[in-house]
Amino acid sequence: MTRLFISRDSTALSLGAEQVVKAVQQQAADKGLDIEIIRNGSRGLFWLEPLLEVETAQGRVAYGPVQADDIAGLLDNGLLDGAQHPLFLGDIEALPYFKNQNRLTFARVGLTDPVNLADYLAHDGYRGLSNALALQPAEIVKHVSDSGLRGRGGAAFPTGIKWNTVMNAPADQKYIVCNADEGDSGTFSDRMIMEGDPFVLIEGMTIAGLAVGATQGYIYLRVEYPHAFIALNQSIESAYQHGYLGENIQNSGKTFHLEVRRGAGAYICGEETSLLESLEGKRGLVRFKPPLPAIVGLFGKPTIVNNVISLASVPIILDKGGEYYRDYGMGRSRGTLPLQLAGNIKHPGLFEAAFGMTLREVLYEYGGGTATGRPIRAVQVGGPLGAYLHEEQFDTPLDYEAFAAISKVLGHGGIVVHDDTVNMADMARYAMEFCVEESCGKCTPCRIGSTRGVEVIDRIIDGIEKDKNTILLRDLCNTMTYGSLCAMGGMTPFPVLSSLNHFPEDFGLTTEKV
Amino acid sequence: MQDYQNQKSTVLDILAAHQSMPGSLLPILHGIQDTLGYIPQAAVADIAKALFLSQAEVHGVISFYHYFRETPPGQHTIHICRAESCQSMGSKQLENHAKQQLGIDFHETTADGLFSLEPVYCLGNCACSPAITIDENVYGRVSPDAFDKLLAAHKGTE
Repeated sequence: MTRLFISRDSTALSLGAEQVVKAVQQQAADKGLDIEIIRNGSRGLFWLEPLLEVETAQGRVAYGPVQADDIAGLLDNGLLDGAQHPLFLGDIEALPYFKNQNRLTFARVGLTDPVNLADYLAHDGYRGLSNALALQPAEIVKHVSDSGLRGRGGAAFPTGIKWNTVMNAPADQKYIVCNADEGDSGTFSDRMIMEGDPFVLIEGMTIAGLAVGATQGYIYLRVEYPHAFIALNQSIESAYQHGYLGENIQNSGKTFHLEVRRGAGAYICGEETSLLESLEGKRGLVRFKPPLPAIVGLFGKPTIVNNVISLASVPIILDKGGEYYRDYGMGRSRGTLPLQLAGNIKHPGLFEAAFGMTLREVLYEYGGGTATGRPIRAVQVGGPLGAYLHEEQFDTPLDYEAFAAISKVLGHGGIVVHDDTVNMADMARYAMEFCVEESCGKCTPCRIGSTRGVEVIDRIIDGIEKDKNTILLRDLCNTMTYGSLCAMGGMTPFPVLSSLNHFPEDFGLTTEKV
Repeated sequence: MQDYQNQKSTVLDILAAHQSMPGSLLPILHGIQDTLGYIPQAAVADIAKALFLSQAEVHGVISFYHYFRETPPGQHTIHICRAESCQSMGSKQLENHAKQQLGIDFHETTADGLFSLEPVYCLGNCACSPAITIDENVYGRVSPDAFDKLLAAHKGTE
């Protein structure tokens, strides 16, 4: 029997992977070929999806991008033996785009059958949990602290400190909440983990539960990710069946329950306190802080709220030790960051790398420049609340502090590329418009400021009292930055002001360039 | 508008199945929308009663979230991504094209009841922008031509 791998990842599906699977199944049956198709996660080289891999005596051989129409030719040509073909790629792991990554968190994604527990175990799965079960809670937290892991959702808060706070908070009930409301444009690493290796997230949350004494976990998943919902639920069910969730985990006497809850299309619910309100069944209004969720969180109890990638990085830290993870990266940014190359880029995909590469390397060496073949003009890093960078800033290393030093953010690692046809005044206007659409409405700078922001930018674009309105826009941004309750209103000025500062000509301004 | 009396038992079943969950309101609303396609306004009273909430609180939650709808959708719901990544690959043109082809704006349903059109802010398919979904299926690198083909396929004319 020959094993074939065709991804179940949403992006692969969006390019026709399901039709490829059907074509292979049907034609193999017609020819009486003995095959099995594994629906793996994506390797993350999305310009090559749908990717088809064949297990041969020489290892896995890849073909891509494959469409259903290609199957007849591929089969006739010796696909099952890994024969040459115009779509032949060879060993996908030997391509520089893959080979030059540091795949720690994404080690299994694309390699294994995501919902098959036996496959997970055969590829080092649950080794972290096995170690954690033999440790005291404080020792688990110490490994996480030693790793230098910082919250991958965007805020980059040290994960170990958060865990320590929850561990030391006395309570009859604590919770682990996974923030899987990955709403930033240009990001898809959470989705790829949940679709491509859901057990690693389940394992990470279970370890978190052991570390702080929480027996219940929730994954707050955005409703826009139906395939992740399916993969997570399949895996959770399997984990329960095999004693990796529930009462008495692996005969340890420890308990951890896990449930997936769907969001409902509100970007603001990616903000942790808004997320907690939503989980409690309320409008997603941001809470005042303090108290921190680590002290008063879900249903008023101490709660860890961590991003998917943060939690999915925990198993390898507990498997190989905090030092192993910490040895990647630079400065105070330790470990790896899964970068997501998106927008107008020739080679879009997921690229997990140690902190420290420059943006230019990522954009040109791996990204290959724009998809349209035009020059790159602006790059937004860190989602819709992230600033735009221009050409002269592309040599900035991908590092939290280096980005902060030039008033930019790395956020969740999303990189959206725009070519030279982009109008940055339109993008600034859009940033304000997005804030109007998604503000929870609790604080005035965000709720009203964004509406006024759209109006002021419109007046600048229309050439009405440009100088006065530019001063007004800056003043408004200042109010939003310092007066908003959370990052929604507080960071919307990032894309707005970076557009204005770096691309004043798009606003019809000549003297503004900063 | 369908008669709520026909839907009421479905709503009550969903309420009974979820009522004891902590923070049950969103799972209940999802359950109703998954089953009926929308949340009938008449259901608000039943939900409020079961959860010991005021109708205003339930309505407040429904209206806060973009995903929940209180009117029946068309046979197919099309979501077009409006976020930055898709904009960088021509989603604005796609958006205009779609509105023109369907003859409707966002949040509307075609007269024949076939299609509803909704904006969405990111589908996580940013590596293959512009992206749309039709019902639960996501499509990447959707040109206006590709959009027309998808429409035709969903009309059953191709």
